[in-house]
Amino acid sequence: MNRKITCVMCPVGCRITVEMNGDEPVISGNRCTRGRQYVIDELIKPKRVLTTSVKVEDGDLPLVSVKTSGPIEKKIIMDKMKEIKKKTVGAPVKIGEIIIENIDGNGVDLLATRKVKKIHK
Amino acid sequence: MHFLHGFLLFLEVKMKILVIGGGIVGSLLTKELSKYENIDVTLVEANYDLGAGVTKANSAILHGGYDDEPSTLRAKLCARGNKMYDDLVDELGVPVQRTGSLVVSEGNDGDKKKIIELYKRGIANGVSGMKIVEGEELRKIEPYLSPVFKYGLYCSSAGITEPWIVAINSGRLAESNGAEIMLGDRVVGGLVRNKRAVSAVLNSGKKIQADIFINCAGLYYEEIAKYFDVEVEKVLLRKGEYLLLDKAAKQFVNGVIFPLPTKMGKGKLILPTIDGGVFLGPTSEDLKSFDPEDLATTRNGLEEILKSSDELVPGISKFNWIIKSFAGLRPETEGKDFIIKRDEEISNFITVGGIRSPGLTAAPAISEYVINEILNGQMNIKLIKKEKIVERIPAKIRVREESFERISELIEKDELYGRIICQCNQVSEREIVDAVHSGARTIESVKLRTRAGFGRCQGGFCTWKVAKIISRETGIELEELIMNNENSYLLEGKVR
Amino acid sequence: MMKGINTDVLVIGGGAGGMAAALSAAREKSDVILLERENSTGGVLNQCIHNGFGLHFYKEELTGPEFADKLFNEMTLDRVNIISESYVSEVDVENKTVRVLSPDGAYEIYAKAIVIATGARERPFGALMIPGDRPSGIYTAGLAQRFVNLENRLPGKRALILGSGDIGLIMARRLVLEGMKVEAVVERMPFPGGLLRNIVQCLEDYNIPLYLSHTVTKTVGRGRLEKVEVSEVDENYNPIPGTEKIYDVDTLILSAGLIPQVEDISDSLQLDRVNKGYAVSNSCETNIDGIYAAGNNVAVFDLVDYVAAEGWVAGRHAALKSKGGENNTEKYPVIRGKNVSILVPSYIDFNESLRLYLRISKPIEHGRVILKELNIEKKFVDGVPSEMIQMVLNKKKMELIREKGGLFVEVVEDE
Ligand SMILES: Cc1cc2nc3c(=O)[nH]c(=O)nc-3n(C[C@H](O)[C@H](O)[C@H](O)COP(=O)(O)OP(=O)(O)OC[C@H]3O[C@@H](n4cnc5c(N)ncnc54)[C@H](O)[C@@H]3O)c2cc1C
Ligand SMILES: Cc1cc2nc3c(=O)[nH]c(=O)nc-3n(C[C@H](O)[C@H](O)[C@H](O)COP(=O)(O)OP(=O)(O)OC[C@H]3O[C@@H](n4cnc5c(N)ncnc54)[C@H](O)[C@@H]3O)c2cc1C
Ligand code: SF4
Repeated sequence: MNRKITCVMCPVGCRITVEMNGDEPVISGNRCTRGRQYVIDELIKPKRVLTTSVKVEDGDLPLVSVKTSGPIEKKIIMDKMKEIKKKTVGAPVKIGEIIIENIDGNGVDLLATRKVKKIHK
Repeated sequence: MHFLHGFLLFLEVKMKILVIGGGIVGSLLTKELSKYENIDVTLVEANYDLGAGVTKANSAILHGGYDDEPSTLRAKLCARGNKMYDDLVDELGVPVQRTGSLVVSEGNDGDKKKIIELYKRGIANGVSGMKIVEGEELRKIEPYLSPVFKYGLYCSSAGITEPWIVAINSGRLAESNGAEIMLGDRVVGGLVRNKRAVSAVLNSGKKIQADIFINCAGLYYEEIAKYFDVEVEKVLLRKGEYLLLDKAAKQFVNGVIFPLPTKMGKGKLILPTIDGGVFLGPTSEDLKSFDPEDLATTRNGLEEILKSSDELVPGISKFNWIIKSFAGLRPETEGKDFIIKRDEEISNFITVGGIRSPGLTAAPAISEYVINEILNGQMNIKLIKKEKIVERIPAKIRVREESFERISELIEKDELYGRIICQCNQVSEREIVDAVHSGARTIESVKLRTRAGFGRCQGGFCTWKVAKIISRETGIELEELIMNNENSYLLEGKVR
Repeated sequence: MMKGINTDVLVIGGGAGGMAAALSAAREKSDVILLERENSTGGVLNQCIHNGFGLHFYKEELTGPEFADKLFNEMTLDRVNIISESYVSEVDVENKTVRVLSPDGAYEIYAKAIVIATGARERPFGALMIPGDRPSGIYTAGLAQRFVNLENRLPGKRALILGSGDIGLIMARRLVLEGMKVEAVVERMPFPGGLLRNIVQCLEDYNIPLYLSHTVTKTVGRGRLEKVEVSEVDENYNPIPGTEKIYDVDTLILSAGLIPQVEDISDSLQLDRVNKGYAVSNSCETNIDGIYAAGNNVAVFDLVDYVAAEGWVAGRHAALKSKGGENNTEKYPVIRGKNVSILVPSYIDFNESLRLYLRISKPIEHGRVILKELNIEKKFVDGVPSEMIQMVLNKKKMELIREKGGLFVEVVEDE
């Protein structure tokens, strides 16, 4: 079996070829090692970085953008969105601040990717 | 006339007039009526702003007035209306550019005959600034005109305007002089008693009693007439589709360029718009059924426009300049003329209908006609001018049109002039806030009043800013905002 | 009173391109002013909350706001004078005088060199000549992105996306995550307009169908959008009768391309006919001495890293120029050969290495970029127009261009 998988880990988007040599996948076409890990995950349990927003109170913006600190399993994303939609944080928010700790149960956190200043009403 | 006899004895009692429909015709008329002591005028308009019906979607040309047969009202009122626009510039601060118009033909004998006929008709109608032009002279006027055109009629008094601003500013001036303007409410019924119109019923449930009713409802004039048992000529709707081109196309066009007129109308033209773009169109297509909200463009229509405009000015449509397409509807009647008269049966009901092209041009003269010929004349009401009126409304400041030095002074007094919201048309926050404070509640109202969102990005950059300003200034939540009509909500709700 | 300010280098636009330019000019010890129309810098980065930015420029993977924040912090450290809420209304390129409108006043800035980095705008719905009604609910992808990611508002309930550009793909995923139904993405061309990785992670991951060679042929709705009609198109992009399909959607999102924002500022700057942006050299100079341009107003780049890299070059040369240190009289043309659409730069000078960016005009499975004058070839596989090909050549390799009087760039298709 010969499968082509587009790596989504970075915008280069390498088209990586996986050939099965018995049980052993032979991987080629990746321009970096992250691509290799991506393909292996993709075959067993696909993972993605999730980016979205969380509601902020008393901020100069209504939302703070967030990302997972690493890829999380694709199949839990919709579930995690439900959790994220319920979450509210108070301003100020710093970039890199943990918004939800260990969101996937495997050590990946949800981090703020934008700073939000506090406004005094 | 019977009801008036008793009435005239009590001159100190004001006569109440209800104008139905705030297009350019109804708005200008309301503005004029608001200048009289013994009149109390109310204008009711179904849309959320004035001038949002036919007045919004047309060519915006101030026609010279040579197209129509001298015997018609159209001919009489068009030439007169054209001249009256000079006063409107001063009174309402509306933009008018006398760009001139040019009817072009290939110049064979038949064509020449038609052009000369137009010229003669123009003379009979009292049109000024006409001239027959040939060859080089034609090319001097429109250098990019296709070389197949060799003979034409130039008319320097023709020009362009911004029709909805005429309506909106008329409304503002009318209000300053005591008129009541009701927006977003529609006449849905009428009460007639003893051959007299008594009151109009509005969608909101309100009832408005009046002594005189004036039907200026444009495409809906039959419906209004029916509510008051008035019989009128049937209107047919004829669609006109347009393409709007980027400012970059303006270098190829100086004024209004017409092909020779045909039975279906004045043909598909090319002309500059008041804010510096270019219009191509309109098409001319009869609607199969009466559907006054059918403003859909069609594939055929748009393709036809590209083809015909390319015949007039080769290359104009080939570039990547198209930024918008839209359509308007013409109220055609069999008689073809404007219908402006007091009803013979319901004698306190005045019809102003079938106002097709050149309705914009004629509109100020239509008001004059209604007042002089019908109210003063046929109905013999002695209208008395108010001693003191607000004579003009201050022209709106548009940052784009001011000198840099002047803008600098403006910002010093008011920083909102320095915050540019629409970058394509350089519209400042002050202009938007003013529009909202003077009544704009929808994205389209702000657009029509300020030109924000009219430019080449078509609101891509500024819609969210305009929405936020309306929301901030009025307290309307973003998700409650509408584009133009009731169902045209912008947003569904909050993300979080 | 009208003010006037002097500076060495003036940067217009505070997106990725402008910020990088301002920073690199400041690193050359020039006085730098950066003017930004909005109330903060960042440009489109602010609303691109997804990740995939910065891998080349910062060697780490960032989201748009993070990338913007990093550049902003660096600019602050290097004393770039950032003036926001400042709209540039006019540039006198000959005299390097810029007119600015801002809440603080209308004033002029006199610069020794200028970098223009005004980005791109989205192609509006009206430009597509789609027949039908004109209801609300039709948004360009960037505007929808703005509402969702910054203004906390959802555009509707059910959407169709027209155009498969990256912003459209990113928005498809974004809307689904936020609870909207995305019926499909339709694309007029026979190949997608966005990056393959976005097809995978935005569409395939969420089972959103992509219909190539399809377009919207009618919009229906008197108030809000109610339906759109989609048809298949033939090779000439004409709809094929009988293939119409109706979608009940209240939202139509357009991702029909970006257009370099080059109008209004000046009429004297030369444009590239195909890129539709400023024609620049490899040191990012326009046809006017001392006026530079970088970013999406030169050509629409697909990576912020490229934009930042070009901004960096533009800023450095602007700084050198402001000190009287550089003279670019010698310029050679870069000429498009077959299968090449977007091509940057348009000219080559010898003040800088050559970074060549190109897009192929159709998908090519196996191909080569050929630089005949330099005897250089670059092989590629699975090439698509949506992914730019970049080539970097040092000054030594460039020497031959001088001899040959220009550079011809073509792409050949191999079996
Ligand atoms: C394609 C096209 C091109 C044209 N080009 C030109 C041109 O270049 N030059 C020119 O001079 N003329 C032109 N015209 C003609 C001109 O546009 C019209 O004559 C003019 O706008 C008519 O104005 P109006 O006030 O009668 O109608 P409208 O602007 O339609 O106003 C009628 C108003 O009545 C309101 N209304 C309807 N029913 C009710 C109700 N029940 N209750 C309350 N309000 C109601 C409507 O909402 C509407 O706002 C053109 C027309 C078309 C269609
Ligand atoms: C939706 C979207 C998704 C993207 N996704 C990715 C991705 O995943 N990975 C990636 O690497 N790249 C991505 N890109 C590409 C990359 O982000 C952009 O190409 C890059 O940010 C553009 O930078 P710029 O500086 O050229 O333009 P912009 O960011 O548009 O900046 C231009 C700035 O100039 C200002 N300006 C304009 N005119 C004036 C004026 N007259 N006066 C003052 N200021 C003015 C504007 O306000 C704006 O801030 C994406 C782009 C978009 C649009
Ligand atoms: S393999 Fe590495 S370089 Fe290639 S796309 Fe994946 S992460 Fe990027």
